[in-house]
Amino acid sequence: MTIASAGSPAVELTSLRFAYRAGRDVLAIDHLRIDRGETVFLHGPSGSGKTTLLGVLAGVLQASSGQVKLLGSDFSTLSSGARDAFRARHLGYVFQMFNLIPYLSVRENILLPIRLDAHRRARLGSVSFDTAARDIAKQLDIAELIDAPIGELSVGQQQRVAAARALIGAPEVIIADEPTSALDTDRREQFLALLFASCKSAGATLVFVSHDHTLMPLFSRTVSLAEINHAATVPVRA
Amino acid sequence: MLIPRLAFRSLRSRLLTTSLTVTSIALSVTLLVGIEHVRAGVRESFAGTIRGVDLIVGARGSGLQVLLSSVFGIGNPSGSVALSTFERWQRHPAVKWAVPYALGDSHRGFRVVGTSAEFYARYRFRENRNITFAQGRVATTDVDVVIGSEVAEQLKYTIGSPVVVVHGLRDIGTSSHEAHPFKVVGILARTFTPIDRSVFVTLEGIEEMHEDENGGPATAGGATATAGVGTATAGVGTATAGRGTAGKPARRAVPPPGTPAAMPGAEPPPGTPLVMPGASPPPGTPLVMPGAEPPPAVNPSSPNPQLISPTPTRRSSVQPQPAVNQSNPLLQSNPLLQSFPLTAFFVGTKNRFEALMLQREMNTDLAEPLTAVIPGVALGELWQNIGSAEVGLRVVAIFAVAIGLTGMLVALYSSLEARRREMAIFRAIGAGPRTIVSLLVLESGLLSLLGCIIGVALVYAGLVLGQRPIEQRFGLHLAIRPLGTTEWLYIAVVLVAGIVIGFVPAIKAYRTSLVDGLSPRA
Repeated sequence: MTIASAGSPAVELTSLRFAYRAGRDVLAIDHLRIDRGETVFLHGPSGSGKTTLLGVLAGVLQASSGQVKLLGSDFSTLSSGARDAFRARHLGYVFQMFNLIPYLSVRENILLPIRLDAHRRARLGSVSFDTAARDIAKQLDIAELIDAPIGELSVGQQQRVAAARALIGAPEVIIADEPTSALDTDRREQFLALLFASCKSAGATLVFVSHDHTLMPLFSRTVSLAEINHAATVPVRA
Repeated sequence: MLIPRLAFRSLRSRLLTTSLTVTSIALSVTLLVGIEHVRAGVRESFAGTIRGVDLIVGARGSGLQVLLSSVFGIGNPSGSVALSTFERWQRHPAVKWAVPYALGDSHRGFRVVGTSAEFYARYRFRENRNITFAQGRVATTDVDVVIGSEVAEQLKYTIGSPVVVVHGLRDIGTSSHEAHPFKVVGILARTFTPIDRSVFVTLEGIEEMHEDENGGPATAGGATATAGVGTATAGVGTATAGRGTAGKPARRAVPPPGTPAAMPGAEPPPGTPLVMPGASPPPGTPLVMPGAEPPPAVNPSSPNPQLISPTPTRRSSVQPQPAVNQSNPLLQSNPLLQSFPLTAFFVGTKNRFEALMLQREMNTDLAEPLTAVIPGVALGELWQNIGSAEVGLRVVAIFAVAIGLTGMLVALYSSLEARRREMAIFRAIGAGPRTIVSLLVLESGLLSLLGCIIGVALVYAGLVLGQRPIEQRFGLHLAIRPLGTTEWLYIAVVLVAGIVIGFVPAIKAYRTSLVDGLSPRA
């Protein structure tokens, strides 16, 4: 797939509609554009369709109508398998919690994306897997945990491992779904600082979902989903 | 290499579920392969009960009855076969050898078989194996006994142990032939056939035993029925002697039906030394079988040569040739001995193809109504009748495997529920359907492969450990052999089923994570 040159938007949604069941739209967004290198704070109350939007952006969910473009690729023209491959190549994803494969070590968890996708692996250049894992772990301040089993990590450490995994192999877009909600305030800021630094050095675009408004000032831009999602004005979920 | 490693790590991380699933598959495979082994073992040991014998001949009756009563010692024989009939067929040109088989007595619950020394050489079992002696030698004299391995084991007999035979199959304490004690001269090696539970004596031994018991002609007619060997007793030695000295062509003199008759030439001077039949062969007498033993000097004190024929024989059309059966030299030219009843006799033909013709000839013979059966055919028929148990075993085994596989499906499914999170993570990283499906299918495949390996290992471990106890307990020899076609087929089915079953949760996992995989609900 061809990636448009720098300067084109990282994410562009046009006339997006999404419904789990026909006739009951969860998402109705006329237009949303996120430029490359932006750090976007996407907020909205529960039920405003945050997680659904992230699913659509990640290509896990397919829009009912409208256009979803990431890095110039139109998801509506891609098959489910091609969207999987796109995600493996260009996206990093961090969940709210439980991000890690429990039976793999920290190192193996971090290395999963580059083992799965040759393109992302190639971006490491001549750097060995081990070095790459150590480098990214160092950035996120978890270098000493590299061989630890997942079960021994704190939640904050786990989230940093998840961030390391999302960032390895320099994907263009990082999507984070309330990654700090399980952390206490101190840890939250520390985690964000590390995440921002890593995104910056990789030139990645960050789409960060949260309902914690105190974090808002740290981002380059804020998007209120409640404002742009027409479907959310109808109470979809109680 | 990522997926095999993931599958392996994932299975290892859920050690308890994994081992339980593997155990359930292993046990079903054990059951399936084990039952197949037992089934084949039963069938083989059954079909291998008697080999090398072309025909089993008994009195007219059903073939099954002849087979069961003679080889297996089950039920009553359809009647008896006169020794002379045996001798007559023994001389048939198609017959290579014939071995008599006389039942009717027992020793402490084990049946006593009167037979000739040739029996030990001719009888074959399983894959054409010979009867071998664990100790001792063939029974040759009238006091010799050869016992089967199980008899020796249970009664703790060794060479030289005395054996008292009783009439009939149960020791009721009234008719034991105590006057004629036998002595063990040989112990047979285990055959896993009814031979192991048999006691072998010579025909002469049976003869003597009943004579000693009956004590003379007064009671000679008393013993009857299937094992009425007691009827043919007295004066045998002298009769032979008489023939020898007289130099007459020994004829099978047959008394008129219903008429007790004295034996022609049966009144030799008492105490006349026995003459070897070959010493002065009567004109026209066929030559003695080469290599045959000389007749033992039996019964010099045989009380009375004056014999009453208690059972008028129907064989008026006996061949005029004198009997020259050297293994039963005493039985010639004596009507009583001619009516000496055998239960059956075994025949080996010179040419296998002649067995069929001979069988037909015997079955249609007018002289004495006989039933000749080809052991393999009769065993096959019998197996057909009892073989439905086999189907039952198979059905049980197939159900066992179905249960094992269902267990695996349940285990995979429930573990999948716990692994939804894991699947979501893989999806988020960009794992496509192929990755997810191959991971889960590889896992289920590994589980079934491991189950099969352990199951088969359990079967062989069971065979190694259980072979002897099963032999001793049930008399069933289960060969330790490589897996047969059927067993490989079963294993292949289990493997394929395991893999196919893996697809079900795998496809579901991919679909499910498409819908809600990225949601943070755990």
